[in-house]
Amino acid sequence: MYRYDEFDHAFVSDRVEQFRDQVGRRLSGELAEDAFKPLRLMNGVYLQLHAYMLRVAIPYGTLNGRQMRMLAYIARKYDRGYGHFTTRQNIQYNWPKLNELPDALADLATVEMHALQTSGNCIRNVTADHFAGAAADEVADPRPYAEILRQWSSVHPEFSFLPRKFKIAVTGAERDRAAIQVHDIGLHLKKNEKGEIGFAVYVGGGQGRTPMIAKKIRDFLPEEDLLSYTTAIMRVYNLHGRRDNKYKARIKILVHETGAEELARQVDVEFAALKDSELKLPERDVAAISAYFAPPDLAPRAEGWASLAQWKKADADFARWVQNNVQPHKHPDYGMVTISLKPIGGIPGDATDTQMEAVADIAEEYAFDEIRVSHEQNLILPHVALADLEPIYRGLVAAGLATANAGLITDIIACPGLDYCALANARSIPVAQELSLRFGAPERQAEIGELKIKISGCINACGHHHVGHIGLLGVEKKGEELYQITLGGSGDENTSIGEIIGRGFEPEKVTDAVEVIVDTYLGLRLDPSETFLVAYRRVGPQPFKDALYGDKAAAAAA
Amino acid sequence: MADKVLTANRLSDGISVWLDAAGTWNEHLQSAFVARHKEAVEALEATGKQAYADNKVVDVNVVDVEEFDGVLRPLRMRERIRAEGPSISYAAGYAGLIATAAPAA
Repeated sequence: MYRYDEFDHAFVSDRVEQFRDQVGRRLSGELAEDAFKPLRLMNGVYLQLHAYMLRVAIPYGTLNGRQMRMLAYIARKYDRGYGHFTTRQNIQYNWPKLNELPDALADLATVEMHALQTSGNCIRNVTADHFAGAAADEVADPRPYAEILRQWSSVHPEFSFLPRKFKIAVTGAERDRAAIQVHDIGLHLKKNEKGEIGFAVYVGGGQGRTPMIAKKIRDFLPEEDLLSYTTAIMRVYNLHGRRDNKYKARIKILVHETGAEELARQVDVEFAALKDSELKLPERDVAAISAYFAPPDLAPRAEGWASLAQWKKADADFARWVQNNVQPHKHPDYGMVTISLKPIGGIPGDATDTQMEAVADIAEEYAFDEIRVSHEQNLILPHVALADLEPIYRGLVAAGLATANAGLITDIIACPGLDYCALANARSIPVAQELSLRFGAPERQAEIGELKIKISGCINACGHHHVGHIGLLGVEKKGEELYQITLGGSGDENTSIGEIIGRGFEPEKVTDAVEVIVDTYLGLRLDPSETFLVAYRRVGPQPFKDALYGDKAAAAAA
Repeated sequence: MADKVLTANRLSDGISVWLDAAGTWNEHLQSAFVARHKEAVEALEATGKQAYADNKVVDVNVVDVEEFDGVLRPLRMRERIRAEGPSISYAAGYAGLIATAAPAA
């Protein structure tokens, strides 16, 4: 993985000391809140309902055991013993004290971590496929390009005060696991007929109050043009993006109002001027960054096949975990392990300090010291020999991290919601917990198959409800919580925005409503291989409306 | 007019606080001073403005409450959760702020 050079170390350390000075001046009264707020946000510090919140960047979701151990330490020393992994592959702490935050950031800097650009109207943490560098279907590892974008965008003077925040995601496989079509820029790594690396470029996707699917404006952008073309997009956005209305300031609105074709033309004009500038990526620089992400030396471990068969035969729980949480690796003797942060009835994305340390231990001992955070709020061990799966599983069981539900109905994404978030209108976590308990039986989850439930506590959609197969949006109505249900959303290579199914449900009724939807699906699917999403796309919303509301008029009136 | 209390987050640690009858910022809603008429609400607002200007607290708001049998209950769910803390059991096994050695960097 990427290691800081001297510049990086000095830069991050300088920022910590700058922030220490700013916090000191704030606490002494020298700086007023209006002046301080943008400074703290630039360092990832929010104010939530109960306390400050620190959002730490995990670039493209990649970290090692040493870094995970530090995240555990931060949780224990400066917070209440846990952290929350987010849909942007970051981690949030919910209870840090302002006066201790400079020390926390200094500790993070010792392991090459920081909280820069995790807030504010800048280019945020660049996200990537959590199986990068390991997936069997990958064309190329997206992380070197994400790292190049990170370096280019860090405190970029031209792009530090954009009309609104800006999110870039990169995937290196046809199967999109990074949800690139709901990002401001989505980059899809490809090879052309000559075998050269390049990108399909998508622009203007996003969720929030106005969900939009990104438009493809380039089929194949050569690798060397990554920064010049991205800069061209940013310039067009920076110039024409709306600054008069926060709710219309994202690039998706500009793309929508301008039209993708015209926007692409404007980008091309900028690009023509930048293409042969210093932004052209030298091959040697790409090679140097790529070297940081070279795959580990994966020795043949063919003995794992026989062992795995025996272990599975001897332990049904282990077999179920392998079935759901282990994916094929590009090396046949290895697998990619999803460590579920969705225990049945638990809080999606939360991990305690001791759980983080357990993951660090396992990664260091068995998984080439590599850990990923997925945008689905799980942790990943991308390189694991099949021969080591059993001891890893035992370690995860001991840490309470062996829930066998990756990709199933209880693998729920949920934002912090009204339990923490100052923007939320309704709670997300208790809804996720109740759904998890309702559907938690392994046999039932297996029967239902792949089904993604995503829950947001407000229209900002941090819980990705728009792209949930079943999406739940919490709203406030007459001072009480109400949950609107959308169906048919998807955040993959066939991205779709879910459709609102009808009137919302009170907290005590929403789990029943989801169960009606699930039972309706089970009743109408052609066979167990037809997933919820495929079935929904075949039959449309009506059978679900009928089942939920009894008659068509009731739903239509909503 | 609904009864009102003055709430904010403490500057130093961000913890939710309510103004009590002694004029101090208290971590418990039930200790809050309740304004029941216009003049009292105006006094709360002035106090909040001053505390903000004095850099004691941030995010200062007057919020509606109702009182049943001497127990204050904010009208909005948001404020109830601010007062009572997250509605979920969020830190299983957390032993408190124990002394702990930093991991080797």
